[in-house]
Amino acid sequence: MAEPIVRIRNVEKSFGQNRVLRDVTLDIERGQTVSIIGASGSGKTTLLRCINLLETYDAGSIEVDGVEVGYRSTGNGRRRRRSETELAAIRADIGMVFQLFYLFPHLTARQNVMLGLVKVRGKSKAEATEIADHWLDRVGLADKKESLPAELSGGQQQRVGIARAVAMSPKVLLLDEITSALDPELVGEVLLVVKRLAEEGMTMIVVTHEMTFAREVGDRVVFMDDGLVLEDGPPDEVLLNPKHERLQSFLKRLNLAGIFAT
Amino acid sequence: MDYHFNFSYIWRHFDRLWHGLILSLELAFVSILIGMVIGLVLALFYTDGNRWVRAVVTSYVEVIRNVPLLLLVYLVFYGVPSIGGFEYSATVSFIITLSVYSGAYLVEVFRAGLDAVPKGLLDAGKAIGLTPWQRLLHVRLPTMFRIVLPSLSNTYISLFKDTSIASVIAVPELTYGAQWINFNTFRIIEVYAIVTPMYLVTGYAILFALQRLERRFVVRR
Amino acid sequence: MWAAIESLPFLVQGFLVTLQVSFLVVAISLVIGVVMGTGLVFGRWWLYWPVRLYSDFIRGIPVLVLIFFVYYGLPVLGLNLDNFWAAVAALTAFKVAHVVEIFRGAVQSIHHGQMEAGKAIGLTFWQRLTWIILPQAVRRFLPPWINAVTDAVKGSALVSLIGVVDLMLAVQQVIGRTYEPMPLYVTGAIIYFLINYSLSTVSRRLEVRFSYIRD
Repeated sequence: MAEPIVRIRNVEKSFGQNRVLRDVTLDIERGQTVSIIGASGSGKTTLLRCINLLETYDAGSIEVDGVEVGYRSTGNGRRRRRSETELAAIRADIGMVFQLFYLFPHLTARQNVMLGLVKVRGKSKAEATEIADHWLDRVGLADKKESLPAELSGGQQQRVGIARAVAMSPKVLLLDEITSALDPELVGEVLLVVKRLAEEGMTMIVVTHEMTFAREVGDRVVFMDDGLVLEDGPPDEVLLNPKHERLQSFLKRLNLAGIFAT
Repeated sequence: MDYHFNFSYIWRHFDRLWHGLILSLELAFVSILIGMVIGLVLALFYTDGNRWVRAVVTSYVEVIRNVPLLLLVYLVFYGVPSIGGFEYSATVSFIITLSVYSGAYLVEVFRAGLDAVPKGLLDAGKAIGLTPWQRLLHVRLPTMFRIVLPSLSNTYISLFKDTSIASVIAVPELTYGAQWINFNTFRIIEVYAIVTPMYLVTGYAILFALQRLERRFVVRR
Repeated sequence: MWAAIESLPFLVQGFLVTLQVSFLVVAISLVIGVVMGTGLVFGRWWLYWPVRLYSDFIRGIPVLVLIFFVYYGLPVLGLNLDNFWAAVAALTAFKVAHVVEIFRGAVQSIHHGQMEAGKAIGLTFWQRLTWIILPQAVRRFLPPWINAVTDAVKGSALVSLIGVVDLMLAVQQVIGRTYEPMPLYVTGAIIYFLINYSLSTVSRRLEVRFSYIRD
């Protein structure tokens, strides 16, 4: 079996007194789509944000494709924080899509996607335009390339967000509750895009509340609670035969809310 | 530099500064009270009125806000009596000017505050059968005041600083006192070394006092 | 009434001085204010605190106090400026504090998510600043700054109190000759109104035009 593309080892993180990540160890294989589920405060979003060092972590290591993210080991167990330039280069290979989209409001959809291509990947404007247009077509926004974010619906903005991340040809794609801020009828169009990306072999780590998505699209479901990974396995096993008591009560609460379709 | 500091001159005339400060606070206080009445009435006219009413209010606001306060002070003190044939004291004249001036700024504050009252509250009022007048008194105004309290405190502090303009028509407030001491003792550095902190400390004192008031009235979730 | 019209050329001269003072104050305060604002927002504590203290101090005192102090006080300390430059210096020092605050507001009101999205696609700090933050900051800066420009024009009237013959002092000098205060004050008011109202209309239009930049 090939090396996992993302290796998370014994990661710890506290916000002040609050221990958000206690001892998290997780491997993600190339081409896998892993859903991370759990209650708010379980640490799932924090873990995701540690992978591209939008959050620092206090202990442990995270490697993406063999490169340590955020810190460089200096031998005898020590570590040094990476420089801005090193971090930028590492982040270029990791894509992230945000719950609140964070599209650049002063740029059109096409320009949003092109910015990274030109400034980070060094593509010419012509090349970048081609790639941006290709991805905007792929996410179903062929006729919205010149639109500003203010002119797009939530679902459309999120699809631009996905195009922006994917156009950079990342090694792994991080999706942080990307449908939580959307009106229900707009969720489907976004999940469809993500599903197609998964089918095409993109490695994805998806923090989500959408259990149907986790079940249908993911290869694996990881359940986190109170800073620890409690269960980790194929969707049907984890979601239909929960072993951990915390996972059982979590799913029961969701079931009562009518979210989980059996 | 050939200057010898001598604060004794200042202390000798300190009562001019102290009474000047009190007068500044009084001028600001009276002006903001009258200004609030003007501002509130005009804001209600604007919000509930038709095109013509809105045009009149807007004209008043735009004229006052785009002309220097100094010019308004002169106009009211020298200009109006000359065509009206009457006279009034500098202090009264300044209060009239500052009230009209603050009224123009407060119309904006109150108008925004009235707009910010959640429509749902008005619906609830209608639903329990309150008349428009009752809705105004019991729903719109109380809610609006809580919303605008921070802006009001900023406005009051601004007006307090604007009272320094009264010195140009010889109203004996703080800046006039400072200039009097300056011209009569030539102790410019010392007098402004005292007067500057007086303005600063008073400004912050007003801010803290109003913030405490805010905390009592404004519910924070 | 005729006196007012006859003295128009004299008023125009005063008006030109008002424009000169306003322009100098606005231009110099913009440059210094943006530089200091950058120190406030992005600098370490030894940049932050001096700027913060300066801004809070200046904004806590009346502008008239500052003008009087600069005009009467600086010569005593050895610095001799004529009344025009003393006025410009005082008003500029005052306006700098406001520009700093407007700049701070413009930059800090940009959601931190914008920086995060920039980090996520691999941009460095300077790249994020140039391509993401600054374009948005400028659009948030302009409308309130244009209002600050109208404040500078109104504030320029105070230079008449230290003998600079601007529009305000020109009006008073004409009144001194003709003894007709009202028509002249009204004329002066109209001129100030025309400048400032045009500026504030531009500001309002820009605010509407740039509203897409706000969340």
